[in-house]
Amino acid sequence: MSTDYINDAGRKAKGERPYFLADQQTEQLLNITMALAQELAVTRERMDTIERLLESGNGVTREAIENYKPDPVAAEQRQLWHQAFIARILRIIQQNREDITERANGQDSMDAVVVKVST
Amino acid sequence: MSSHRKVPPTWDKVGKHAIFPEAKHDEIARFNFLANLNMHLSSNVMPGIKETYEQDALPAFKAEHGREPESRHEVREMMKNAPYYQWWSALRRSTMEMRQQAGRSLVLRQIDRLNAVAAEYNEGADSLKLNPQATIPDYVSVVDTHCMPGSYHTSVVEDDVSAGANYDSGLFVTTVGQLGSMTDGGGRAISDWLQAEHPDFTPKRILDIGCTIGHNIVPIAQAFPDAEVIAVDVSAPVLRYGHARAKALGVNNITFMQVNAEDLSQFADGSFDLITTSMFLHELSAQSMPKILSEISRLQAPGGLSMHLEQPQYAGRPVFEQFVRDWDTWHNNEPFWGTMHDVDLVAMIDGTGLPASLQFNTAVTAKVDESIFPKTETGNKSEDFGRAAAWNVFGAWKPKASEQESVA
Repeated sequence: MSTDYINDAGRKAKGERPYFLADQQTEQLLNITMALAQELAVTRERMDTIERLLESGNGVTREAIENYKPDPVAAEQRQLWHQAFIARILRIIQQNREDITERANGQDSMDAVVVKVST
Repeated sequence: MSSHRKVPPTWDKVGKHAIFPEAKHDEIARFNFLANLNMHLSSNVMPGIKETYEQDALPAFKAEHGREPESRHEVREMMKNAPYYQWWSALRRSTMEMRQQAGRSLVLRQIDRLNAVAAEYNEGADSLKLNPQATIPDYVSVVDTHCMPGSYHTSVVEDDVSAGANYDSGLFVTTVGQLGSMTDGGGRAISDWLQAEHPDFTPKRILDIGCTIGHNIVPIAQAFPDAEVIAVDVSAPVLRYGHARAKALGVNNITFMQVNAEDLSQFADGSFDLITTSMFLHELSAQSMPKILSEISRLQAPGGLSMHLEQPQYAGRPVFEQFVRDWDTWHNNEPFWGTMHDVDLVAMIDGTGLPASLQFNTAVTAKVDESIFPKTETGNKSEDFGRAAAWNVFGAWKPKASEQESVA
């Protein structure tokens, strides 16, 4: 027995994979997009580490990057960055949620609004 | 109004031990992204499902049928075409799959080292009893439990612990640290409850069934250091990992055994004072669950206690809440989850010879781990149904020998 740690990491779990969006390929594209978002977040966290090491003036080496542990203030700032990043990526979902309530509260369609302000 | 936001603990706060996988900078960053994404989905996206249900789906259903939906299955039918629910589901499934890939890539690149460390703890140890003849029950192998590729039972190489290491590394991400740095919140909830409610109860022999990596039995074994503890599971990779993990944490009173709990005939009647399961019964099947509960009843000593930690049962809850809690049944490879949460537990345990008069049922929560959450953040009550660190605990006391006649 042996393992290819790159290919095996991405193996499928046994069992029918559910799809939720109207189109399966659109959902596959969502998965690719979210994976890219994850990797961008990883790169951003690494840049943050390099910036903080530079500020500390103790030298930036790959070893220093690997061993870096944020203090509580830095940890909170980095987690807040992830939150803001995710909120930006998923803005359309937030607005979808707001739209549901806006319609429930009686917001007119744009067709109706145009007629209303034009007459 | 305040600009303060709650943030999850960074993954570097996770409790480590000698068998815990070593993470590189970017692997930690990946887990940090995923923990924040999980938190975003549960805190910001999930509440909108109820809004679209109440504001769109429910009025449409009532207009068509002249009544409210009567079951979670009707709600699921109503909601499956609701775009907002589709987005949340797609994002949730995607996040879980990314978490699996992140954990597996971390673990598999160091699989040889981890297996070698495990072997140092495991080889020749009397406290690890594997059974190469053991077969994995069909209900375990039919799908990979909660979307873990290979589930708990698949060895990628010989003497493999990678399934356990992946599980251990990612629980902190999925639960956003709510189970504590050692992800042992369930076991600590049990030992805390025993200490608070039954301070005189000091079991001498303890059995934990479906222990996986032993994360929940370790705090119980620590609470009763003089007890002999036996932890059983059907899956060898998690037992190898769990045994090495317990040893690495300095816990030496647990014997890990590869046994199918449907047949525990190797243990004598009444030979355990305390029998526990933690988030285990929902992984079973309609056939095996009563068999295992019967074995538990048989093994329970007079004056002894059996207790099970699970998410709350569905009965009496609004159908919408049941529908949300039931997501994992259909979409996270938990096929028995819904059926188990419908079971009349009192009747089923009564059927094992422990009548309702001997049973109890209570709610417990994980104590917030102040080593990873500052004290001021303990007020966070937002609940991600199905994952929150709040549980239903139920079970039964067996009467002491002197009391048994009056019960009979």
